[in-house]
Amino acid sequence: MKSFTTHTGLVAPMDRANVDTDLIIPKQFLKSIKRTGFGPNLFDELRYLDTGEPGRDNSTRPVNPDFPLNFERYQGASVLLARKNFGCGSSREHAPWALEEFGFRAVIAPSFADIFYNNCFKNGMLPIVLSEADVEQLFQEMYADEGYSLTVDLAEQTVVSPKGNRYAFEVDAFRKHCLLNGFDDISLTLLDSDKIHAYEDARKNTKPWLFGAVSQ
Amino acid sequence: MSGKTLYDKLWDDHEVSRRDDGSSLLYIDRHIVHEVTSPQAFEGLRLASRKPWRVDSVVATPDHNVPTTTAERAFGVEGIADPISKIQVKTLDDNCDELGIVEFKINDQRQGIVHVVGPETGACLPGMTIVCGDSHTSTNGALGALAFGIGTSEVEHVLATQCIVAKKMKNMLVRVDGELGKGVTPKDVVLAIIGKIGTAGGTGYAIEFGGTVFRAMSMEGRLTVCNMAIEAGARAGMVAVDDITLDYVKGRAFAPKAEHWSLAEKNWRELRSDDDAVFDEVVVIDGSDIQPQVSWGTSPEMVLPVGGSIPDPALESDAVKASGYSRALEYMGLKPGQAIKDIAVDRVFIGSCTNSRIEDIRAAAAVVKGRKKAASVKEAIVVPGSGAVKLQAEAEGLHKVFIEADIEWREPGCSMCLAMNADRLGAGEHCASTSNRNFEGRQGYGGRTHLVSPAMAAAAAIAGHFVDVREF
Repeated sequence: MKSFTTHTGLVAPMDRANVDTDLIIPKQFLKSIKRTGFGPNLFDELRYLDTGEPGRDNSTRPVNPDFPLNFERYQGASVLLARKNFGCGSSREHAPWALEEFGFRAVIAPSFADIFYNNCFKNGMLPIVLSEADVEQLFQEMYADEGYSLTVDLAEQTVVSPKGNRYAFEVDAFRKHCLLNGFDDISLTLLDSDKIHAYEDARKNTKPWLFGAVSQ
Repeated sequence: MSGKTLYDKLWDDHEVSRRDDGSSLLYIDRHIVHEVTSPQAFEGLRLASRKPWRVDSVVATPDHNVPTTTAERAFGVEGIADPISKIQVKTLDDNCDELGIVEFKINDQRQGIVHVVGPETGACLPGMTIVCGDSHTSTNGALGALAFGIGTSEVEHVLATQCIVAKKMKNMLVRVDGELGKGVTPKDVVLAIIGKIGTAGGTGYAIEFGGTVFRAMSMEGRLTVCNMAIEAGARAGMVAVDDITLDYVKGRAFAPKAEHWSLAEKNWRELRSDDDAVFDEVVVIDGSDIQPQVSWGTSPEMVLPVGGSIPDPALESDAVKASGYSRALEYMGLKPGQAIKDIAVDRVFIGSCTNSRIEDIRAAAAVVKGRKKAASVKEAIVVPGSGAVKLQAEAEGLHKVFIEADIEWREPGCSMCLAMNADRLGAGEHCASTSNRNFEGRQGYGGRTHLVSPAMAAAAAIAGHFVDVREF
């Protein structure tokens, strides 16, 4: 898995609450059996003025001039600033895949939906929770300052603004450890194979109906 | 020391180990798989030369992409007109065949929406941990199980290790006391709950639904409520086991039999919160206050009783909320002050993992019987949740009630809930839908979704606009 240590990047806004994963990557793109190819259709219904379909050449589509991610000043952005309950709705990991492929390495919001939050860590992308007041402050600074960028330091658990203000954030120790080192968590879990086998063997005795019951 | 909640008990029973950092390895009993969120997981397994840890824990069925018209379904996978959808369904078949995973294929009578098939076949049982790469896996919590949705990386992780790495969530009790009024359904209860606590109200929590309303509720109703726990932000929703649960499970194809049943029943009877259990958060609602609900916006929390009127963003003090309301009204083509009952309906969808079980079909048919779909409604479809539901409904003659009313009777699948197949809304069309999400574009680009119960959807199909089913 891709690691994340520190990152400095241009900040772009997604200035609305309850951004759902249908909005991040619409369902028609979920028909792919690959992990890649979702970036060009990130926020498809907002970025373009027509309906996107898998396999279409996006370069010929009419672009929505009112959508901030299409603004010249946000080109190359890698930190997304968002409002509360970002990533709500479906469990589709295609949402973090699309954000990551588009170029985002971190998303900052006052809160995230649980499944989306979890999915980000599996893809080398850091979701950062700051207070609503801090997020509002960052929005105002970003709107006022073209080229506004933030530095994220996972080891230190801080976001540092251009003025040098530091915003501390919380992150689970295990997730932090995996992300800093780019660990594949399946390999880590398999180190505990003996414990899983022991648990399973005990369970076969106490709850035998849970094993081998389903058949074609 | 205080007692344990149902969630505490389920968690403790599945904890393989706890690490110093507070995360746990949680054992997974049942892994349900569908075609959309699994191909990359199987591919990852293959690339790492790994095999599934326990094949007999996995059950698969295609649901999101499958067509629902009889003509398209007649030729099985080969009949799927959309070539990309066809590849995805085929890929699931290939992966299951290769690894020996039990799969109910497209025209198997047991095929259907994962969250309908799991409980109805007995593949999902009380006391289990159940995961699926689908957020509505919370549905299965109605059995007294710990069930939640996971992403594709976790699908691969569970396939490879039979476990997930997780941190325990907090406990929330949503207690609905009293009794529901006539014409008020489980769907109205859960929409009213979401309207009260908001779409992020349950974030970080496992919700237990308790109180007299849930004790009296049928198993299918409980499945509807737990299904939408995720729309309140909670990955898992659950209901304590009682006689209603046991009566529902007994005799199902994969449910324990004979001595295993006695052993299981004894175990399952313990699956309720202790009287002295402490919840981190308790929400109390009076059931008799709940009215039939209709969502008006683009988030499930934007919901009102059917007698209500569209709110005015100008009267909302929270700036982020006010702009959300304004955007929702613009998208939905509605005006502040407009009565819900004045919203004309272009299409009607009765189906989805929320409301496609036999009781839902019966409730819709009871409203429709002897009436006709309004001419102004372009299309109304009923999509049963599984082959078994379809068969049962047809045995009861319910399909004829719909067909005689000019309402289409379809083949099982997710259908217009998320419009991955051909069933979708046109831009600007209003839909009375028994599904779970009214997000922008969810049912089709520019489509306008109103979440309602099956009875309310059926009534809207007849009237051509929303009506109070209690007066219909």
